[in-house]
Amino acid sequence: MNLTVNIAGVSLKNPVMTASGTFGSGEEFSEFVDLNRLGAVVTKGVANVPWEGNPTPRVAEVYGGMLNAIGLQNPGIEVFVKRDIPFLKQFDTRIVVNVCGKSVEDYCEVAERLSEEPVDLLEMNISCPNVKEGGIAFGQSAKSVERITKEVKRYAVQPVIMKLSPNVTDIAEMARAAEAGGADAVSLINTLTGMKIDIKKRTFALANKTGGLSGPAVHPVAVRMVYEAAHAVKVPVIGMGGIMDAEGAIEMMLAGASAVSVGTANFRNFGITEEIVEGIRTYLFEQGISDVKELIGAVR
Amino acid sequence: MSEKRRERAEVLYNKEIAARIYSMWVRTEEIARLAAPGQFVSLYCANASRLLPRPISICEIDAKERRLRLVYRIAGKGTEEFSKLLPGESLEIAGPLGNGFPKKAGASFLIGGGIGIPPMLELAKQLEGERQIVLGFRDETFLTEDFLAYGPVSIATEDGSAGIKGNVLDAIGGYGLRAERIYACGPLPMLRALKAYAAENGMECYVSLEERMACGIGACLGCVCHAKETDGHTNVKNKRICKEGPVFEAGEVEF
Repeated sequence: MNLTVNIAGVSLKNPVMTASGTFGSGEEFSEFVDLNRLGAVVTKGVANVPWEGNPTPRVAEVYGGMLNAIGLQNPGIEVFVKRDIPFLKQFDTRIVVNVCGKSVEDYCEVAERLSEEPVDLLEMNISCPNVKEGGIAFGQSAKSVERITKEVKRYAVQPVIMKLSPNVTDIAEMARAAEAGGADAVSLINTLTGMKIDIKKRTFALANKTGGLSGPAVHPVAVRMVYEAAHAVKVPVIGMGGIMDAEGAIEMMLAGASAVSVGTANFRNFGITEEIVEGIRTYLFEQGISDVKELIGAVR
Repeated sequence: MSEKRRERAEVLYNKEIAARIYSMWVRTEEIARLAAPGQFVSLYCANASRLLPRPISICEIDAKERRLRLVYRIAGKGTEEFSKLLPGESLEIAGPLGNGFPKKAGASFLIGGGIGIPPMLELAKQLEGERQIVLGFRDETFLTEDFLAYGPVSIATEDGSAGIKGNVLDAIGGYGLRAERIYACGPLPMLRALKAYAAENGMECYVSLEERMACGIGACLGCVCHAKETDGHTNVKNKRICKEGPVFEAGEVEF
């Protein structure tokens, strides 16, 4: 049975990756998960300099999901390169570095800094709803998506995945803009902007007032958007958004995803990524399918 | 790195000991053996619409019988779900999480306020040396009998229904208590007052903080607090309460 998939010339041993921001750089989860069994680890977003992130509370549970407004706290690229990349290199898995920034130059600086590092893919986070500058500001107009993609591609050595925001009118247009800018792949969805109010305290549940909604509540939205994006572009689509089990991952692939990322589910079950790999294997066996790539976009 | 486990734990006992406060004993394979006072566990809801684990402090550790006592308050739907578990039923649990209290010799205050009281019990059991246990409640008291086995207990209640009317500092002043160190867990205003009291009196002070958490193991950066200095891991002035904490030397964090 063949579980390998290919993203922009990079072969993954299976289509299951972690979703940025939910898995750190893998160190904490490695006590519970064999990272060697994952298709890739996608790291938490890293910027050119350290970011402190937002005030707390940063997370809140909602029915069937959660809101987060971490604000992209990160140690900066220098610490990341010295500590997190060597940690991940101990494992036989692909390394995808998620990059965030406040300006186009920030993204380019990080991409350039990583050019000599043993990193397999870069994922550009132009869709974080929780930071005032950068993040989603780049991801909500087709023009700016194309422009930042073009700029980053001038500096990046590794293939570039553009991570798209669902907080747009037409996801297909954004996917096409990324492709036009030279993106090697697109990933979606980032979180949906949401809000929760604490009725006892009569205040916002998050200090940031709004936060990104993730978890099973967003999954059908994500499947629909992956389907639309996959039909709009030729580059591979990485599907994510509320995948809780192998069924959710397989749905994404049938909708058109070449690989999937699992995020919020990691909080409920540390070992869920490995379980999803096994679940996909079981599904393929039961369905008499020998190659997981046969699932990609099979439902049209 | 401290060892952690994720297990399915059997509920042995689960009873209300004060209004909306429950005492639960669970049998674990290894978590009880690994646990230390001041650490916490994540409890997972069976209802899958409640995705995130609930961080609950460890009240008592019985390593020999592989049991943990968790005393928790019903704060929402998740803890309400736990309160309905019957002996013989089971739940998913991860732990032990966080660092725990440093056990130091010499005279110590063990101070708990409200639902911050439970983790002080195992510390009272394991700590050597003189101690003064000070417990603050709004009204109804709980666990006070359990503490009596491990040292002198002073009580403060906001409504004056038991002990001194007022807060834990009123009890310390009112009873003329002295020690060289503070271990404390409770609401932020109490911890702030104790930090100031310790600073004025040249005492060591360890506080256990809480915050909304998601992963519970240090990956998501949901539960940070402000640090005085740049933290070695985060490389910013934030510490992870679930990992570097929940117990901090009061001077190293701002709250």
